[in-house]
Amino acid sequence: MEKEKEKDPLELKEVTIRFVGDSGDGMQLTGTQFSENTAWVGNDLNTLPDYPSEIRAPAGTLYGVSGFQLHFSSDDIYTPGDQPDLLVAMNPAALKKNISELKPGGMIIINSDSFDAKNLSLANYSSNPLEDDSLSGYQVIKVPITTLTTKALEGIKLTPKEVSRTKNFFALGLMYWLFNRPLDTTINWIRQKFAKKPEYIEANEKALKAGYDFGDITEIFSSRFAVSPAKLPAGIYRNISGNEATAFGFLTASVKSGLPLFLGSYPITPASEILQYLSEYKHFGVKTFQAEDEIAGITTAIGAAFAGNLAVTNTSGPGLSLKSEALGLAVMTELPLVIVDVQRGGPSTGLPTKPEQADLLQAVFGRNGEAPLCVLAARTPSHCYTMALEASRLAIKYMTPVILLTDGYIANGSEPWKLPAMDELPEIPVKFVTEKEGFYPYSRNEDLVRPWAIPGTPNLEHRIGGLEKSNIYGNVSHDPENHHLMVTIRKQKLQNIQKDIPDLQVEGDEDAELLVAGWGGTYGAIKEAVEKARNKGVKVAQVHFNYISPFPKNTDVVVKKYNKILVPEINLGQLAYMLRSEFLTDVIQYNLVRGLPLRVSGILDKIIEIAGGKNGK
Amino acid sequence: MESNIEVKQLNYTPKDFASDQDVRWCPGCGDYSILAQVQRSFPEIINKPKENIVWVSGIGCSSRFPYYMNTYGFHGIHGRAPAIATGVKVANPNLDVWVATGDGDLLSIGGNHFIHTCRKNVDIKIILFNNRIYGLTKGQYSPTSLKGQVTKTTPYGSVDYPFNPPKLALGAEATFIARSIDRNAKHLQEMIKRAGLHKGTAFLEVFQNCNIFNDGAFDLLTDKETKDDHVIELKHGEPLVFGKNKDKGIRLEGFNPVIVDLTDGHYSINDLWVHDEFDPSPARASIIMSFDEKEGFPTPIGIFRQIIKETCEEGITRQIDEVKKKKGEGDLKKVLYSGNTWEVK
Repeated sequence: MEKEKEKDPLELKEVTIRFVGDSGDGMQLTGTQFSENTAWVGNDLNTLPDYPSEIRAPAGTLYGVSGFQLHFSSDDIYTPGDQPDLLVAMNPAALKKNISELKPGGMIIINSDSFDAKNLSLANYSSNPLEDDSLSGYQVIKVPITTLTTKALEGIKLTPKEVSRTKNFFALGLMYWLFNRPLDTTINWIRQKFAKKPEYIEANEKALKAGYDFGDITEIFSSRFAVSPAKLPAGIYRNISGNEATAFGFLTASVKSGLPLFLGSYPITPASEILQYLSEYKHFGVKTFQAEDEIAGITTAIGAAFAGNLAVTNTSGPGLSLKSEALGLAVMTELPLVIVDVQRGGPSTGLPTKPEQADLLQAVFGRNGEAPLCVLAARTPSHCYTMALEASRLAIKYMTPVILLTDGYIANGSEPWKLPAMDELPEIPVKFVTEKEGFYPYSRNEDLVRPWAIPGTPNLEHRIGGLEKSNIYGNVSHDPENHHLMVTIRKQKLQNIQKDIPDLQVEGDEDAELLVAGWGGTYGAIKEAVEKARNKGVKVAQVHFNYISPFPKNTDVVVKKYNKILVPEINLGQLAYMLRSEFLTDVIQYNLVRGLPLRVSGILDKIIEIAGGKNGK
Repeated sequence: MESNIEVKQLNYTPKDFASDQDVRWCPGCGDYSILAQVQRSFPEIINKPKENIVWVSGIGCSSRFPYYMNTYGFHGIHGRAPAIATGVKVANPNLDVWVATGDGDLLSIGGNHFIHTCRKNVDIKIILFNNRIYGLTKGQYSPTSLKGQVTKTTPYGSVDYPFNPPKLALGAEATFIARSIDRNAKHLQEMIKRAGLHKGTAFLEVFQNCNIFNDGAFDLLTDKETKDDHVIELKHGEPLVFGKNKDKGIRLEGFNPVIVDLTDGHYSINDLWVHDEFDPSPARASIIMSFDEKEGFPTPIGIFRQIIKETCEEGITRQIDEVKKKKGEGDLKKVLYSGNTWEVK
């Protein structure tokens, strides 16, 4: 494909790129395509889409800027990168909004065509940054992307607007040249996507190749870059986002349990994709039910659980609030149900497209009455698969609702996923009761789990519901002693799950003074910070909670072993609150609630500060 | 034909549908009659073993209903019965799913679920126990309480207009809409059977007397002296006739219903509006439902309208079958290993 290679590309260990432009500029697509390509050439990667909640804010404005950050490496990486090395900016607003994040001396590739008076003024620039010296600390590459794309597409029957829309492919092509990449993954994608619109295929391919060739024939770059494939464990890989992994987890749980999957759901950012993905798998017998509201999303799922399906509902923060009463019903009726909460910035509507970790206490405690349920959290995009599968297993085995917490960052972010071997997947045994002998709706096994007797089973007709039931027999009961017993049993049943979940795994220096404890999507940032600290000679250990209700059984031992515990969270200290109250041990909080993932550097600074003895207990 | 044979073999009696629980409604409550008529009707319409029946309810006096039926039952939370029932039906379309609900439960807190269940035509039967009052919370006005009605929360009379439940169901495209009265046992049984035999969302409103908080709300429609002049029974293919001596009829003139005297020689029974419950257009059903609000008009009971169209769960099942035919049975490995994969050695 390439004519010649005059000089060897400059070998880099890791790169962070951020694509930024108008919400209509196709930056998410550009980022996703570059990620797919990056995964395909074998780098480890981690991504962070960052977009406004407005679908198409007025063009050129600061609040309409959409971005996609991508961190890739020849080594293991865990975060989308704190600060980009390279910024691709499609207009002045995008530049203005992101320039402060770029590393000093970093490279900016700019669509110079968009730096006209109108766009400069929309971005509140009083002078053109391409003409003054405000960008002097960076390597600025000005490319008239709009003009070049238009020229490349001459003769294709498209409107000027359609032509302009392909300029993101020009930018992508240029980046492929710069990083010494093949074009195949994107060309294949274009051909599939626009199979019915040959003129779009031609135009997008031409724009992509024009961008590539532009890099090749001009000498605006002093060199090309290359990042060698990462040394990942052997296996077959694909790139996957958290939401898609979550959907796959439930699909797998349905296959492994033999239960039809029912998803009752109401669209909400950033959780809707789970409903979208699962609605494609009808040939697995999946029933996706787009309900009239969040409440119907969960109550249809409760009905489906009663009828014997693997029942799931998915939502984000405000939707979890709406589902609270029904969650209590699922606790009371002791039915298996999985609720996915893809957390976003709150309270109320908050920051719909931004990640946060502030629903933890709502998930664990947010219901009327004593309503304990199981709460799990996924730590990376691909880990959503494991935890969706695990949530399904526990829900079925313990006849309990399980909340799986993910967040906007891991849901939309992606990373390479080592595909599981089919025979390694856990079995999910299901036992519907069919024997009349000894059957009572609220009789219990050794784990205090009641039987699942589904409608259609002869002779087991029974009634359940939200009113308190007598233990064993399941009749409505207002008896004080029985109520106390049932409240205790429901709590104890949840606690029994502890026996069935893995212990906390301590990573890093087990014998350190300082333990960094986290949960959910901050795993990567904490891990990278801990490793960097250790490379600097600081002794530090890390644990990350996949299970929060109940906590793993060695939690008490682990948290009491360390002199100091640092708990970084994207909230004001919710896990910290739980650790303090449950284990009577103090912790040091690190909280930043910016609607963004935590930065490695921030956690690292905190670790070093604590290790330096300035902020101990 | 197969199902007919089954019916004979099943041989259920009303007692088979009674659970062992003591019924705990207030003595004299209209709910007793509805329960009795359901239990009496079921042996005639249930064409599969009774373990395939599920009763779902929300919250309110009427929502205790599932506990008294010896079938599968789910006593849900306030307003959500249609959604829970939908989940049951979609999860297992082989089940016969019934909803017992009240005017507050279905039309106030559960209004959204009600209209969307109708719109989607989920094959569930909804019996609305309409007593025009909140009973379980002891006497506040409901969305069907009359304007001016004095209740605990409207000591000076309600300023709200009531819902006309059949109209709401019609607007939401329910495929079977009927009404009956708790004290009219025979008619109520007939309506329960017809609802049960319908495929699709069946909505049956039952006027039910709450003898504690809204006693006598339907006296005009149930008292021997007054009922014939105040109730008109809709029968498919028959003219709209009412009155003690069957001496009054209703004609449709343009969009206007007109009451005519059949004794003064101007009009005969042949001039009257003939009810067609299968009318594809909802217009006439809507006019009949409006009798409620028209001074001097009798209150209609019977089936306003029923039509047949694909149900929600039929659509879901059909689509699953179609996709399976096109793509083959789902292959997990194929799906997980799709897209751009690469091997690390």
